Amino acid sequence: MSLAIECRQLTKTWPGNPPVEAVRGVDLQVERGTCFGVLGPNGAGKTTTIEICEGLVRATSGDAFVLGKSWATQADEIRQEIGISLQETRLSEKLTVLETLTLFRSFYRSGMNPEEAIAKVSLQEKANARIKALSGGQRQRVAVATALVGNPRLLFLDEPTTGLDPQSRRDLWRIITEFREAGGTVLLTTHYMDEAERLCDKVAIFDRGRILAIDTPQKLISDLGAEHVVVFTVSGESAAALSDDFGISLPGVISARIESEHRCLSVREPHVAIPALLTLINERSLRLTSLTTRQATLEDVFVHHAGHRLTDENSGAVR
Amino acid sequence: MSSSWKMHPVTQLFLARFREFIRQPEAVFWSYVFPLVMMIALGLAFRSEPMEAISIIVQDGDGAELLADSLRSSKSLIVSSGTELQCRQQLRAGQSELIVVAETDNSAAGYRFVFDPTRPGSVHARDVVNDVLQRAAGRQDPVKTTDVAIAEPGSRYIDFLVPGLIGMGLMGGGVWGVGYAIVDMRIRQVLKRFMGTPMKKPHFVAAMMFSRMIFMIPEIIVVLLVSRFLFGVINHGSYLNVMLLIVLGAFEFAGIGLLIASRAKTLEAVSGLMNLAMVPMWIGSGIFFSAKRFPEFVQPVIGLLPLTPVISALRQVMQEGAGTVAILPEIAVIATWGVLTFAVAIRIFRWE
Repeated sequence: MSLAIECRQLTKTWPGNPPVEAVRGVDLQVERGTCFGVLGPNGAGKTTTIEICEGLVRATSGDAFVLGKSWATQADEIRQEIGISLQETRLSEKLTVLETLTLFRSFYRSGMNPEEAIAKVSLQEKANARIKALSGGQRQRVAVATALVGNPRLLFLDEPTTGLDPQSRRDLWRIITEFREAGGTVLLTTHYMDEAERLCDKVAIFDRGRILAIDTPQKLISDLGAEHVVVFTVSGESAAALSDDFGISLPGVISARIESEHRCLSVREPHVAIPALLTLINERSLRLTSLTTRQATLEDVFVHHAGHRLTDENSGAVR
Repeated sequence: MSSSWKMHPVTQLFLARFREFIRQPEAVFWSYVFPLVMMIALGLAFRSEPMEAISIIVQDGDGAELLADSLRSSKSLIVSSGTELQCRQQLRAGQSELIVVAETDNSAAGYRFVFDPTRPGSVHARDVVNDVLQRAAGRQDPVKTTDVAIAEPGSRYIDFLVPGLIGMGLMGGGVWGVGYAIVDMRIRQVLKRFMGTPMKKPHFVAAMMFSRMIFMIPEIIVVLLVSRFLFGVINHGSYLNVMLLIVLGAFEFAGIGLLIASRAKTLEAVSGLMNLAMVPMWIGSGIFFSAKRFPEFVQPVIGLLPLTPVISALRQVMQEGAGTVAILPEIAVIATWGVLTFAVAIRIFRWE
């Protein structure tokens, strides 16, 4: 059985002065029935890559096959089988939820009842409300419903939960999970690591138009060699003079870095690293002002591969 | 409702446009009430009335009393008198059309007319006063003439204005209605979202055009009905021809709106382009006054503006009762504009 998505050496350069190389050689394989996450900071090339797969953007070079079909020759057939939700679509505020879905349903040869799509996103009681009257989370669910109404085999969701409250995010996660459990394939982009860890069977970490790593979230984290992170802060006269990688030489420490006000050590064995850290702090006459530990996350994976933090604005763009 | 999703995409796209339109009361108001207000205001301002009496002034001096008395005997003149300075002031202010001065320095009595020859009212006043004075002095007309008054519907300003306003409504509705709606959908990324579905582009364009034609019909009916009952404007031609011109005009201006909006990314940009396209037609295409008033050398250009043939053909049908064959040249120009603008617009259209 063919792959749901296969990209070979995709590139996209937006014309301009200077031209922007948004995607610089991306290979991607998404197996059917899985949820694939594209992770990365703003400007990393996530949206451009997903829009090439959606047939909305033409790649500068490389091939993208969707459900075994080529955009060059079978665009209409592909569109019948995919559902998409763009990063930012403002559906007409004057139309009701049902009217909006009825409109989108009319574009597809086959699909579900508009009412059924509304039920899938649990908006039955809002079916006859105008979009204008909906909250941000409800509007996002309508957007996902417009993607579902054609009964797609493949769902593209570009940052489906950005800017939503925690409850709305969980609502969308449930919708995505249900779609996948029914046999559908999902490609989603996100810059929330917890979202990717929770939803995705596999993630690709993007930065500056390239893929840094592809694997299951668990494998990516365990490949760090350090599944724990010690987070601490110190104060004292010599604190300001400490190097960024303070603590790197301690036993069991894989890497050291600063994240906003905190210092982070990725460690293999916290029970060995922490006593050594405390001793070092004492020797330097510093004062420990906070200390916590946590499990390593995809965020740490990103930092490990990209050398900078995920939340650094625009850090992923090629300038 | 349960099976309405089985409808054709064009019907669904049309319904969506229609709902968006009627759920914006201010848009409905401006589309339907504005042309009506304009027609009523202009119809009242330029209503045909018997010509008012002419105001003239007699300059003080020898013989002025006698002169003023003889002029007052005419019912079509309102006569006042004043010093030379007052006379000049009245003339400048437009309160009087003509200064009449009695000249007594020669042996024979004579009169001097002081007026601005570029003011039609003054020229008319001079002729009337001259006539009155010559007859009072005993002139006999060598040829007998008779006046017959007529007021034939179809020849008044309002009869001329109504087809112009219908044309203006077609233009404004098409260019604004289609252009603005499309740029708005582009900004909201709705066009891009549609591109991610199997929706066919010609379906979308057809729905935009079809909705424009449907929105136009009530506007035209209201204008025709109100002008009929308020001003007695009668359509001397066939309503089928009027309908034909309205459908073609709606098609033509929907195409122009589509072309103007085909690449614009902001509402500011599209507003500028729409005004750029419409201003020459507001002035040149004969909405309020005949386009024939422009110099001969610009006539070919004016005739090819998209609005000119619409208004010209509507006037021929409504005022003169022209048949379909007589308006074929206009129909050809309208149809060419419509087809060309649609073809170019679809080619260069930006969906995101």
